[in-house]
Amino acid sequence: MITRFFPGRYESLEEIAEFVRSIAQAAGLSPFETYKLETAVDEACSNIIEHAYCGISDGVIEFTILTTPEAITIILKDNGRKFSPDSVLPPDVNAPLKKRKDHGLGIFIIRKWMDDVQFDYIDGHNILTMTKYRDCTPDEPCSSF
Amino acid sequence: METIHTQYKHCDVIKVKGRIDSATAPNFGAALTSLTDQGRYHIVIDMSDVEFISSAGLRVLITTQKTCKRYNRGELVLAQVPANILAALELAGFNILFKIFDDLLTAVGNF
Repeated sequence: MITRFFPGRYESLEEIAEFVRSIAQAAGLSPFETYKLETAVDEACSNIIEHAYCGISDGVIEFTILTTPEAITIILKDNGRKFSPDSVLPPDVNAPLKKRKDHGLGIFIIRKWMDDVQFDYIDGHNILTMTKYRDCTPDEPCSSF
Repeated sequence: METIHTQYKHCDVIKVKGRIDSATAPNFGAALTSLTDQGRYHIVIDMSDVEFISSAGLRVLITTQKTCKRYNRGELVLAQVPANILAALELAGFNILFKIFDDLLTAVGNF
């Protein structure tokens, strides 16, 4: 298990991306699966900075990374304003240009590109748990992370 | 992120390098707004050196496309989109909103 803390500011996003890529590469994810993980984490952190911390830059994002032979799980924790994912309507990705909304894509991408996504609010903290399973089949065992 | 602007007779090309995330999307948007504010609505974005795009960058593309297509006065098209970025565009359903060209010359020739 790895734990890291990053300042809850947009300027942290590039360093967070480098951290996530290093974790994903060490875990043996493919370049495309690594990109999906990087994107999901970027969207999640951007949401925390914009909505939980409301752009106020003294908040912290706590990362916990758990790896098993089957999966990599990233847990993001903040103590900002409570986030209600159900309040974000999924975008209509087939809508014509005029009817496209400019919000809601971030959560949509997280849900599409991660295998398990769970939002909790516990003891004053938003806790987002995202898991990506390693591609494998019954005939082809997953190699260890 | 860095943007490089080249003006042609019939369109403008913006080449983007690096990451388009919530930190850099405002600068990306400003580069495009500086064109539309001058009445230049035929725009090619050369994505060949884009390493990453988040929903913040996608929002800039949608907003600019709406501005360009208003009154049928123009269009924003994309060129040389890396595979990872293309997957994000397709996931968001942007492939039906933007022409996507494999090479820059064809994209510029579209106008």
